Amino acid sequence: MNSSYLPSNILYIDLSNNKFWIEERPEVFEQYLGGTGVAIQLLKEQCPPGCDPFSPENPIILAIGPLTGLFPLASKTIAMFKSPHTGNLGESHCGGRSAIAIRLAGYGAIVIKGRSSNPTYLAIHNDKIHFRDASTIWGMESVFTVGRIIRENEPGSGLRTIMRIGSAGEREVTYASVTTETYRHFGRLGLGAVFGSKRLKALVISGKHSLNIKDKTSYQKLYDDVYQSAVNSPVMQKYHDLGTAENILPLNEIGGLPIKNLQLTRFEDAQKISGEVMAREYLGRRLACSHCPIGCIHIAALREPYGDEPYFYKTSMICYDYEPMYALGTILGISEPESYLKLMDEVEKRGLDSMSTGVVLAWATEAFEKGIITQNETNGIQLRWGDYKNYIEAVKSIVNKTNEFFHALAKGVDYAASQYGGKEFALSFMGNEMPGYHTGPAAHIGVFIGARHSHLDNAGYGIDQKILVNRHLTPTELVEQLLTEEYWRQILSSLTICFFARGVYTPKIVRNTLHSVGYDLTENDLRKIGEEIHHEKYKFKTREGFHIDDYHIPNRIFDTPTPIGQFNRDFLIDAVKILKEKISEW
Amino acid sequence: MYPVSKKTKSLKRLMKLMASTMRLAVVDTERCIGCQSCMFACSRRQQEGGLASSCLGVKSIGGMERGFMVIVCRACDNPPCAKICPTNALTPRDGGGVKLDIAKCIGCGRCKDACIIGAVFWNDERDKPMICIHCGYCVKFCPHGVLKLEKTREVKQ
Repeated sequence: MNSSYLPSNILYIDLSNNKFWIEERPEVFEQYLGGTGVAIQLLKEQCPPGCDPFSPENPIILAIGPLTGLFPLASKTIAMFKSPHTGNLGESHCGGRSAIAIRLAGYGAIVIKGRSSNPTYLAIHNDKIHFRDASTIWGMESVFTVGRIIRENEPGSGLRTIMRIGSAGEREVTYASVTTETYRHFGRLGLGAVFGSKRLKALVISGKHSLNIKDKTSYQKLYDDVYQSAVNSPVMQKYHDLGTAENILPLNEIGGLPIKNLQLTRFEDAQKISGEVMAREYLGRRLACSHCPIGCIHIAALREPYGDEPYFYKTSMICYDYEPMYALGTILGISEPESYLKLMDEVEKRGLDSMSTGVVLAWATEAFEKGIITQNETNGIQLRWGDYKNYIEAVKSIVNKTNEFFHALAKGVDYAASQYGGKEFALSFMGNEMPGYHTGPAAHIGVFIGARHSHLDNAGYGIDQKILVNRHLTPTELVEQLLTEEYWRQILSSLTICFFARGVYTPKIVRNTLHSVGYDLTENDLRKIGEEIHHEKYKFKTREGFHIDDYHIPNRIFDTPTPIGQFNRDFLIDAVKILKEKISEW
Repeated sequence: MYPVSKKTKSLKRLMKLMASTMRLAVVDTERCIGCQSCMFACSRRQQEGGLASSCLGVKSIGGMERGFMVIVCRACDNPPCAKICPTNALTPRDGGGVKLDIAKCIGCGRCKDACIIGAVFWNDERDKPMICIHCGYCVKFCPHGVLKLEKTREVKQ
């Protein structure tokens, strides 16, 4: 195939020696498309077996796909790295302007290795790469301020992404995130901490290249079809209207909303913090990622008086979505929107993953309630459900690792529970804190067997709500369904298509869009490639010490009933057995 | 081949007149979600992907939370970009705005500097300005009614 349609340039950056070079690798894009498929190959090549996630050898891979910049909704960047949080495969996806900027700067992937001798930020403007001294902004408390400074300092307004870490990343909290464009994140699995370990404060990328199209006439037509199907889709409209926050009330109603560390799954106060209330009372602006007409990003405007002077206010613009509202809201017993927004603002400012942070705090609160930990451990901070002020103090203490206890919390809930007890209510799956769905076995088994232990791997919660509420599935059937979905999602994430657009990008549309950039693949070929990419990820996991038998699922998951009844432990054990057989075949 | 009818001819003339008297306008930047679909549409109209040839721009006002600037050619009556062009590559268009004769353009960039709203975009690959022709293709791809095609203030006959 003609590689001029592919984003085959890979930019390598060596922070230890301030060097960079470009390699053309069309073959890896031909075989594995882009995004996830290419990133796992580069990770396998670049990450030495058994490497310490905080060592200079741990590479950061950022990859985009052949549809990025050509078709709408293909604007995610896939990051891969060895996760300091789980000690295994780290994969995180982010939108904003990141993917378009990487592609239009002329790259399909960026590989960052080494460790800078002093704080650095990288500025990549097309083929110009600058290693800038970031000493002045290292240690700066707020990730927002860092963004402002770099915005003033760099060209490319409107065409650039500014990826940056907060103090959590600098201080290597294992679930520190990387923020882009203020409101989007490589949230999960600690990419921010890997940045921090490399003394890489930020990464600015901008570009404005043109892209070749193979068949110009069919491209226009196909584009119009995809665009129209996106803007006319009722599902996409929901993401624009209330956004994912819409989930609060229905999940509460069916009893699948984790509350107070999943001791409960529904509460009356859900009404107060619903997506509807957030939109009516707080929604200040909606935003979109580059080249996505939907605009699912919801920003609340919060006006607060300073208190020391009359008529003196500040207005903060704070992002909300279902997952952070669960993690920094319901699971902590917070039902006042303002409390959630203030806590969210703090977590954003410091650059932590909101989901892991919330689950860690929920465990700590229950441990405090049960007397497993006391004020001695918390430095006098009273952890109480709903008390956002104390949670804000706890967040600061985690980032600053003020004592041994907060040091433990900065390594995640698994580690904290291993030191202090309370493992039965430490809500994590293979080291990653749980997402906000207690909808049934498919959600949990899905997160557990998913390659990155994320609710987005295979959306098991969808199977719970669409299938399991109506009929029983055997463990074999369930695992098959989860894996089939996960295989297909490897194709979407290799093309860096937003999972929200999975209904728009049907296998047929994917095949046709790929055809317009020179791939000649059948739907069956695509499914095979998806399966292969998934297996490649599992091979990497196995290489890095993943054993399916090491699983631990906290008792709380089994004890708290789901909307389809109590979750049976034998069902899980059977599912694990089936997966184990499959892994041995891969 | 069919002969070109009088009706088609007059329709063509009307279209030409219409095209020369319409301009792209920004209705309300506050409705903009920053998706930049318009910018990609502009490139696509020119049979390209990416953004090198886009003739309009969307960027945040120093942080997305404050909203966006939507920069389009205002189709000035007496366009500064044309006035400063040393080779007459840019000439005023009937009804406002400018036409670019790319063969005459030497890529000096004075037009870009003369436009104080930054609506003369630059194609770095060709080293030539990108000039909006007010065709309205981008309007079709604005999902939230930020852009529209409107009649110019004065229609020169």
